[in-house]
Amino acid sequence: MKKFADLNLCIQTENLEQFEKTIEKASWLGYKAIGVPLPPKISKGKIMQLKEIAKKYNVDFASRVNLTPISASELLRNLRKLRRKFEIVAVKCNSKAVSRQAAKDRRVDLVYFPNEVKKRFFDEAEAELASHALAALEIEIMQIPTLPKVQRIRLLSRLRNEIEIAKKYNVPVVLSSGTSNPTLMRKPREIAALAILFDMPIEMALKAVSETPFSILKRNREKLSPNFVAPGLKIVRRGKDCPNA
Amino acid sequence: MPKRIRRRYLAIKLEAEEAFDKKKLTNAIWESVTKLFGEYGASKTGLSAIEYRKEEKMLILRCFHSSLNMVRAAIAFITKIEETPVAMHIINVSGTLKALRKNLKNEN
Repeated sequence: MKKFADLNLCIQTENLEQFEKTIEKASWLGYKAIGVPLPPKISKGKIMQLKEIAKKYNVDFASRVNLTPISASELLRNLRKLRRKFEIVAVKCNSKAVSRQAAKDRRVDLVYFPNEVKKRFFDEAEAELASHALAALEIEIMQIPTLPKVQRIRLLSRLRNEIEIAKKYNVPVVLSSGTSNPTLMRKPREIAALAILFDMPIEMALKAVSETPFSILKRNREKLSPNFVAPGLKIVRRGKDCPNA
Repeated sequence: MPKRIRRRYLAIKLEAEEAFDKKKLTNAIWESVTKLFGEYGASKTGLSAIEYRKEEKMLILRCFHSSLNMVRAAIAFITKIEETPVAMHIINVSGTLKALRKNLKNEN
């Protein structure tokens, strides 16, 4: 049976009662993991508290930070500061310079774009950079029904193009709800079904709500573990039981 | 010999403060299907409402197997009915009405 994840559920973390209700709903909808964008200055204790609440409902909570830098240098500064604190780092690309830097930086997990077509910079050059790094393209799908008609049509057309490019360059795609309104939360198979609106094959859409987000989470948790040394190199045993070299 | 039509039965749970009547719900689904796929696309869905349990806010729909994902997308696309925020969740899909009812009974 497939496990599903929504890596972008915008829940208010100040109100723990509301947070718990939303987690409960996510669990009822069939999600096994959720990513919640958190403020960069959040304490590790608070993150642990949120993880404990999610654990009660059998939901794996992933800490996420959304970066919206105005320049490539600001992005680099933020990455240096925040990469080791959060399990998922997503970058909202408002300019071409930021999107290019985000696509080629191995510390970035997800790149996403505003809904305005002119501000979406996911083209072939971007995809080529992303395919050599680790960044995946994130599509906030539940923003589509809330857009005005013409903007929605333009966005769907643009997304169709982006999916073609992502397929061509093997860039992973992640579908997430991207909503802060609990009534806009949908089941994972419905999220995947909405992707047919921009001609994303249903198998690819299901992968974008299951395997791809889980592989990002797994990779980052390995990297954040104290046993990680470098890509492909990790400590497997410590202490006196290590055989002498 | 014409090919046998494969169908799917969907149990849909309505999440809203108010329990709408069957006609309003099916109209909302039809509107969503035609909005997304046009009349040509809607004609390929073979959509029809089978039963509505108002107290449970549960609607059972039938559609063609080939257009299941179109119907799923159209249902997920509904965010309001008459300015009231709503969400519809497909809680079960089955090939026969009998099996769907059995599954729903087991879940309860």
